[in-house]
This record gives sequence, C-alpha cells and structure tokens, in this order.
Amino acid sequence: MNIKKILPQLLTLLVVILIFGFFSYNAQVNMENRGITFGYGFLSQESSFDVQFSLIEYDGSHSYFRAYLVGLLNTILVSVIGIFFATIIGVVVGIARLSNNYLINRTAAVYVEFFRNIPLLLQIFFWYFAALRALPLPQDTEPMFGVFFLTIKGFFVPAFVWNNLDIFIYSIIAAIITIIFVRIYSRKKQEKEGIQIPVFSISIGLLIILPLLSFLFGGVNASVEVPVIKQLSQSGFTYEGGIKLPPELISLALALSLYTATFIAECVRAGVQGVSKGQKEAAASIGLTPNQVLKLVVMPQALRIIIPPTTNQYLNLTKNSSLAAAIAYPDLVLVFAGTALMQTGRAIEIVSITMLTYLSLSISISIFMNWYNKKIAIKEK
Amino acid sequence: MFKYLKQLTSLVAMVAVLFTFTTETMAAKKSKTLKNTKKKGFVRCGVSQGLPGFSNADAAGNWTGVDVDVCRAVAAAVLGDANKVKFTPLSAKERFTALTSNEIDILSRNTTWTLSRDADIGLTFVGVNFYDGQGFMVRKNSGISSVNDFKNGVSACTNLGTTTELNMRDFFNSKGISYEPVTFEKADEVVAAYDAGRCDTYTTDKSGLAAQRIKLSSPDDHMVLPETISKEPLGPVVRQGDSVWEDIVRWSLNTMIEAEEYGVTSANADSMKTSDNPAVKRLVGAEGELGAALGLDNDWSLRIIKQVGNYGESYKRNIADTGILPDRGPNELWTKGGILYVPPAR
Repeated sequence: MNIKKILPQLLTLLVVILIFGFFSYNAQVNMENRGITFGYGFLSQESSFDVQFSLIEYDGSHSYFRAYLVGLLNTILVSVIGIFFATIIGVVVGIARLSNNYLINRTAAVYVEFFRNIPLLLQIFFWYFAALRALPLPQDTEPMFGVFFLTIKGFFVPAFVWNNLDIFIYSIIAAIITIIFVRIYSRKKQEKEGIQIPVFSISIGLLIILPLLSFLFGGVNASVEVPVIKQLSQSGFTYEGGIKLPPELISLALALSLYTATFIAECVRAGVQGVSKGQKEAAASIGLTPNQVLKLVVMPQALRIIIPPTTNQYLNLTKNSSLAAAIAYPDLVLVFAGTALMQTGRAIEIVSITMLTYLSLSISISIFMNWYNKKIAIKEK
Repeated sequence: MFKYLKQLTSLVAMVAVLFTFTTETMAAKKSKTLKNTKKKGFVRCGVSQGLPGFSNADAAGNWTGVDVDVCRAVAAAVLGDANKVKFTPLSAKERFTALTSNEIDILSRNTTWTLSRDADIGLTFVGVNFYDGQGFMVRKNSGISSVNDFKNGVSACTNLGTTTELNMRDFFNSKGISYEPVTFEKADEVVAAYDAGRCDTYTTDKSGLAAQRIKLSSPDDHMVLPETISKEPLGPVVRQGDSVWEDIVRWSLNTMIEAEEYGVTSANADSMKTSDNPAVKRLVGAEGELGAALGLDNDWSLRIIKQVGNYGESYKRNIADTGILPDRGPNELWTKGGILYVPPAR
C-alpha cells in the first residue's frame, strides 16, 4: 500500500475525531461544572403542555416523546402539502413562461421574480398577519357552498363520518391493483400486436366503479358533519364539528408553496428548454400528435434535467417549514425544540434529536428522488 | 515524506492548542465571571425583546425598566458606572441557553423562579424583583368578567416556552374547559394575533398583560380579568457554579430594596453617610467592611443607590409613572403591607 495515499486520509480522520472529541468533552466538562445532567430519560415523562393542532391524539398527559411525534407529523404534513402545491404551481408557471402568449409569459415572469426575491419569513408574516386581519370573524363569515367557513380562527370544513370505512378502503386498493394488471396487459398487447388500449379511461372508470359498488352492496355509507357556529361569549364565536384547519397551517403552506414554486418553475423552464428542437421536429415528422410529442419525447428528456434541482427545492421547503415557530404553527421546532426544550431545559439532547430528525427527513426525500431520477434516466441497452 | 511531516507538526500544534483551551475551561477560578467582567469593562445582561416597564429599549437604544435596573446596579457596584452594561435581547426560548453557554452573565428578563429551573438546568435564581401572577386579558365587549365565564373551545394566545403554557393547561383542566393554545415565539406576534381576533383571550403574567395592552390598536377595548391563576415570582438569574458572582447580583438587588426600606434615595444617599442609624451607615458603606466580603470596594452599595436609585424609585420611574401598574400590590415593602422583604445587609 502506498503510504502517501493513506497518510493524508488517516490524518483527516484523526482531525475529525479530535475536533468532535474536543467539542463533546468541552460540553461535558462545562455541563458538569454547572450541574447540568445529560440523558434522554425525559422523553418518557409527562409533557404537561397542550398543542393546538395535532394529527394524533395528544394532550399534556402524554409523554414528551409523543409531543415529539406531534411536531414531526405536523412538519411532515405542512411539507407534503407545500411540496404538492409548489409542484403544481411550479409546473404550470414554468410552462407558462415558455408560452408564446405575451401576457401569460410576462405574468408568469413577474410572479417568479416577485416571489423568489422576497425573504420567506416576510412572506409568511404577510400571509399570516396581513391576510389574517382581512379574514372575517366567525360570526361575520359568508359560508362557501353553504358548508365551508373561512374565518380568522381557521378554515372550518365538513367532516365525513364513515360506516364500514374499511370496506371502502379495500375497494380502492382493489381498484388500484386491477389498474396495475390492466397496464401490464396493455403494454404486452402493444408490444405484441401494436394495439393501444385506453388505459387512462379504464383506470378512472375502475376508481369510480369499485368504490361505488362498495356503497351499493358493501354497506358503506358516509354522512357529512357540517361545522356549526358556537357562541363563546357576547362577542366571541367559533365553529364546532367538522374539521378545523388552523390559519397558521394555511398561511404557512401558502407561503411555502408560492415561494418554492418560483424555483421549481425555473427548473421546469430550464428542463423543457434543454430538450433540443430537433427532437420535437423528428417526433412530429414520424407522425406523433403534439400531445404524444410532449408526453413521449419532450417530457421524458426534460424530466432528467428537472428532477435533480427540484429535489433541492423539496429539501429546502421541508427545512424552511421550521419557520413555523414565528406564526404559532406547532411544527417540530415549535413543539419540541421550543416548548419541550424550555420546559425540560435539555438543550443538547433536544437539539440533537431535532437535527437528526431533519437530517433523516431530508435524506429520505433525497433517496426517493434519486430512485425516481434513476428510474427515468436513459437506460443504455 | 517531509511534506507530510510538516502537516503532522502543524496538526500536533493545533491539538496542543485545543487542549490548552480545554484545561483552561476546567480550572474554573474563583469568580471567573467577576474577573472577566472587570476585564471587559461591561456587564453582559440578557433582557427581554421589549416589555415596557421591565426591559424596553427606546428609539435611541437606551434600555429602561426594573429588570434593566438590576443589571445597572451590578454594573455600578462592580465597575463603578451604571451605564457600563451590554444588553442582549432574548426570546423566552433562548434565554437559559444564552446564560449557560456564557453569552451573558446575568439574565434579568421577567423570569419565573421555579424548582426545576433552579435545580435542573444549571441556573441559580438570586432573588425576586417582582411578584407577579398569571392572568387573562379579554375584549370588554365579550361580556366576560371572570375566568368562570370561559366556555369550551376558547382560544388562548400566549408566549412559547414559558411557565404560562403549563399554568394555562392546569387552569383549564381544573375547570374542565377544552381550549386551543396558540403559542408564538415573540411577544409582539402574540399581541398582533390577539389584536386581529385570532384568539378570544391573551394570557401571560399580569404585569406583561398590563404592559402589552398599551401596544394594542385600541387599548381601552380590552381588560384584564381580576383572577390570578398562578404564582410568578420574577427575578434575576445567574449561572450555577460561581457563588461570588451570585452573591454580588443578589446583594445588588437586596441593596436597592433595603435602601427603600431605610429611606435612602439617589438624592440623599451621600448625606446618609452621617446618619444616626447604623443600618443606614452600613448600607451606604460608611460603616463596616461589607464590600470586601463580595470582593468589591466599600462604596459599591452607595454607587448603586446614587446611580440607579432604590427599588421604589426604580418602580415609580418604570412601572408606576408609565401607567402600567400604578398600584404596587404585593411589590410594596413588608413594612407597608407588601411582601418585599430582604435579609439585612450586615
């Protein structure tokens, strides 16, 4: 073995270990001097604080670990909503920027330049405080379609109360499995006989018919629970029943999607422009319809350029969701690295757990997007 | 090979430097904080991000408030000048970490003294400079006149990372009322959200409610409910493990309170040196060697009273005259029906 090659690497490793060791030793000594104990035992203690919005059952009698889960799920929720809308808006705006229609393409450009050049925290404050003040009080609101109530205290929507929900879910799973078989069959048929089956229409049909059957014969039924106004005091009102989406969630998701969508739009534009003109012309010359040109020739090539930078945007959005603490959305940072940290005083433990959690979330997104990127990459035969 | 030898030498040097630092941290000297403060020439003081009456900065960046005055008193005692203080505004969330990680030397930020904070996280509370309790603010037109009028589904805005969050849960649970806690990191956002109508009530320490009410768009439309749901003794905090510094901060605060008790003010402090009362003479350093016990000179307490004033002056200047809480309530001297009572300086 060549010592010249190994020595620098060993030295690097040594330096890393020493630096890490120094910091942990230093922290240990300082904590000891100040009588601070270290340990993760607090996670099983009763948290004794409440959280306004939670996807799982939680109140102050549960443990700090459960409070951590509440925060984590809320972070995931707002990230998923944000990524979903950012992608849709991003793709639409990105394609709009390539439009030949001057108005559409300028509007898209102005949107992108405006939203990506204002700090995100300001946008969150804008959507929360400025937009919130414009919303009506619960007693003054006009219902949308008679059942949706958008108020300063949140967006109250009807909830479904299900009977035999499990049968309904099975029917959807059955539909999805059937669709997969239909797709495999149609691909084989096209390869063998060159005949195309309208897979898309069949899929939609299956997704409607099977759940419908479960309603007719499976004993599934759902009733709708509409929110009802409730008086709290002479001037204070709220809604009861149904599902409540807190205004903090709405503003945060809105700000995150609108901000991140600008970057995704630029990725999409770059991707589509990156496909050479000759490809489209060649596709058209062999008789593909414009739709097929986009679907079979342009998009598959554009996606290869779009996916990697878009992954970065998804990661950014997830990490940016930690700005939630500023507007009282109970995400991981607010619930766990905020209240729980304050109540226990376990700064090192909680911050390390929070950092690890964000790291895991980001790595999971990366792994998924890399897998998808590999899947659509050019397969050399 | 020589190339790497050079790298190796620099690495060894680096490691050696790191270890020197470490040993330095280990050998905590007797009142390192006092030594460092004198070396730096200013007291590092953690305060709130703006709570009128307690710690609030004006447009020119001058800090005022009863919490601020505790730090000024320490600066006057240790450095001889009450203005030699560097204020660091901290959120409720950041405050303890800032103190334990050596960013500040005194935390004087309307902080409640509790057992777990005192014992568990490396802090020491040195005393109480304001006896407070948690209350609720509501809109006058809501017709709510007592905490018993709250109904299920009430939404309450408050600050993140405070004892308020825990008290609120205890309170609503004991009443069997379901509530929605809306917690913000900064007080300004709590006020803005409550003002906008996001919440039915705003809950925090009553002094805080009184101070923040001024910031609302129309303060007269809001009122603080009469009930107090918790005990909130607020006071300055220091790091655990430096008992000399701890004593200096404790007795700086005590001096202010005792000065009021004996009628020593910033105006008459000098003339009190010739007082007939030995307790007063001790207080202004004309008798005894009390300063030496703290590692200070004998005029330390006189400087506090002359430059900052006694507790009553500080309260009047910051809280009463600004209209926040004109009535001193429990924060009156024990001799006048309050509960301010400090051990004697002797």
